[in-house]
Amino acid sequence: MAFNTFIGGIHPPENKHLTEDKAFSNLSIPQLCYIPMQQHVGKPANPIVEVGDTVREGQLIGLSDGYISANVHASVPGKVVEIGRYPTLYSKEGVCVVIEAQGAFSTSGKILDEEQWESLTALDLINRVAEAGIVGLGGAAFPTHVKLQPPRKRQIDTLIVNGSECEPYLTVDDMLMQTHPSEIIEGVRVALKILGITQAFIGIEKNKPKAIQALEERLTAISIPEKITVAPLKVKYPQGAEKQLIHSILKRNVPSGGLPMDVHVVVQNVGTIFAIREAVVLRKPLFERFITVTGEIVKKPGNYKARLGTRISDVIEECGGLTEKPGKIIMGGPMCGIAVDTIEIPVVKGTSGLLFLKNEEIQVSQYRPCIRCGRCVAVCPAGLMPFELVNAIEKGRYDLVEPSNPFDCIMCGSCAYCCPSKRPLNHFIRMAQEKLHKKHKQ
Amino acid sequence: MPQKKSLAPELVLSSAPHVKAGQSITSIMWMVVLALMPATLYSVYLYGIHALLVICVAIIAAVASEALYLFLMKKPVTILDGSAVITGLLLAMNVPPDVPLWTVGIGSAFAIIIAKQLFGGLGFNIFNPALAGRAFLMASWPVYMTTKWHTFTPTNVLSQGITNITDMPEQAFDVVTQATPLGALKEVPKLLSDLHVLPDMLHNLLFSKEMLKSLFVGNVGGCIGETSALLLILGGLFLLYKRIITWHVPAMYIGTVVIFMYCYYSLSGFPYPVEATVYHVFSGGLMLGAFFMATDMVTSPVTWKGMLIFGAGCGILTCVIRLWGGYPEGVSYSILLMNTAVPLIDRYTKPRIFGTRA
Ligand code: SF4
Ligand code: SF4
Repeated sequence: MAFNTFIGGIHPPENKHLTEDKAFSNLSIPQLCYIPMQQHVGKPANPIVEVGDTVREGQLIGLSDGYISANVHASVPGKVVEIGRYPTLYSKEGVCVVIEAQGAFSTSGKILDEEQWESLTALDLINRVAEAGIVGLGGAAFPTHVKLQPPRKRQIDTLIVNGSECEPYLTVDDMLMQTHPSEIIEGVRVALKILGITQAFIGIEKNKPKAIQALEERLTAISIPEKITVAPLKVKYPQGAEKQLIHSILKRNVPSGGLPMDVHVVVQNVGTIFAIREAVVLRKPLFERFITVTGEIVKKPGNYKARLGTRISDVIEECGGLTEKPGKIIMGGPMCGIAVDTIEIPVVKGTSGLLFLKNEEIQVSQYRPCIRCGRCVAVCPAGLMPFELVNAIEKGRYDLVEPSNPFDCIMCGSCAYCCPSKRPLNHFIRMAQEKLHKKHKQ
Repeated sequence: MPQKKSLAPELVLSSAPHVKAGQSITSIMWMVVLALMPATLYSVYLYGIHALLVICVAIIAAVASEALYLFLMKKPVTILDGSAVITGLLLAMNVPPDVPLWTVGIGSAFAIIIAKQLFGGLGFNIFNPALAGRAFLMASWPVYMTTKWHTFTPTNVLSQGITNITDMPEQAFDVVTQATPLGALKEVPKLLSDLHVLPDMLHNLLFSKEMLKSLFVGNVGGCIGETSALLLILGGLFLLYKRIITWHVPAMYIGTVVIFMYCYYSLSGFPYPVEATVYHVFSGGLMLGAFFMATDMVTSPVTWKGMLIFGAGCGILTCVIRLWGGYPEGVSYSILLMNTAVPLIDRYTKPRIFGTRA
């Protein structure tokens, strides 16, 4: 495949050098863990513990509520000291179970038993995934067990594993693939079994040669019945966006308004695949994850394993502090991540990284009128005319907005990245999407 | 810890993306000004102090009109973004070197206030302001705009291209030395038929190697900014390299003119089709227009496909005006005409939405 890429896209500075050689290390257990009941798309989980309860590490503390929801587990053993509302990534007042760490750790530092999973049925496997509370770890945080069970009438033939990690700064997936190729391949096999198919591609941008090599070496060393292929991809943002990834690897186009399953594909992030394996093979629920902590002002930037519920303030301390006050803290990468306004926010399942930018690195300038330079049009991977859409939104001309397909926007931010007038294009489009959603509901 | 608390209030909240590419309106505009500098300075060298005054007056008038208008309308006065500077500079480059200063002043004011601000300001104008200003001057003071050329007498630069001036009818000589190269080219049929100039002599007069070289380097008459094709191309390449413009409009524009003109001259039995094509490409306003005016972002299409159509349209119109129109030059009118077609071009060259069929 000579053209493993998609149309449009941008080349922002990668800035991965800060952490790309940093092997994983564990952040130490925070004194207090603030575990949000909402760490996923869908309904928040319901807390099933009470203040004063003693919990084990990995114990179920929040029960998934409804079809699109996910279980939440205790990240640390200890005592539930409070169930209250605290700022989280998704809400100013999200319900959190606060656990004070104490007592014995059942998993950390100990090697868990590996179970023979191959004799289990797909249903058993999916139940384990659902029990473990796994959601998409790439950032979208959609419950994984739902995604792995597409409606029956959608024939799935291919699993695509997203290891592209096209966001600047982030290096967790890269490091994970370099250091845990066997586990990832096993996870892919579990996912394939759940889906009842045998073909998978692992898409990786070519700027991660070590990850590509590690997986390829592992794949040639073992003999497995499934057909798992590493697909090196052109380095271009947003290579990891689902529709673009599918196009790059399979040359299939997810129809406008459709989902990957419409072209017989399921996409999972490599981190998620790793978590699936841990859930199934080690029976370990999702209560910790790998994150990249980075930025020029971080004293010890690196790739860390963090307990979910660790607040940013604790992460900062663990990483040696900051050399100067940050101007902006971003959960996730710089292209799609969310800026937070307090360091009390805890790491959640969808947190792939923490990026600390100093004041000089923040570009906040007044935006100006569109000068019709056409750059947003050239880079939009969705084939939209962002400037036109946004001009209409700005004028409140929703009659013009709707026919311009605002819902095809994948929120990649490429348009706003390259706009010389610094127009927050995708921000406007998101507002329009929300407004139209509300209108349609009425 | 108290120091943790104090972190929070200063944190900037804004929506993704949190990093942005370096170019801004201001940097783009000043980069264009920079790209125009070699050609501008050369013109001052060639045409002297009056050309410099024309340029200064045009720029000052443009910036002052913009500032005044924005101030009166109580809008932010954004003159530092360089867009008015470009309008003034481009207008100056599109007038003859000896034009009276007050005319360019009026032209600049018209360009900024009528052609740009009354349409809604930066980003909303339909016509390239500089070209609209020039068209206004052409309509109002045609004499100044078409006769104030620098006259090259046989003793100055142009004469270097003419090796054999004996046997030349006096009138023929006047024709080729008093006008711009394209003006001279337009007189060729007359030279051949009425003045009985022989094709050989024509070669010496207009189409010798030295003459063509002068066209390229810029030792010929014309508007202030259109003389040196070489320096304009260098400026254009700089903009391409900096990714401020893309190749689509200039390549299509120039390419269309080359093909159209060559076909026309060969098919019409002109004795020197290649040389005549060289005239059309390297003299007159083509390079200035193709690299600096047709590429104006505000007034050209937004998609690459649209830009190709736009460039081709400019090319065809330029050829038509030059060959059959009343003026020897047609670049600025073609661009203005194509400006009006931009909304239509945009409508029919929308990109295909991902996941839909054509
Ligand atoms: S309009 Fe949407 S899909 Fe297109 S570049 Fe902007 S954010 Fe990305
Ligand atoms: S990138 Fe910005 S200035 Fe250029 S066309 Fe798009 S919105 Fe307009």
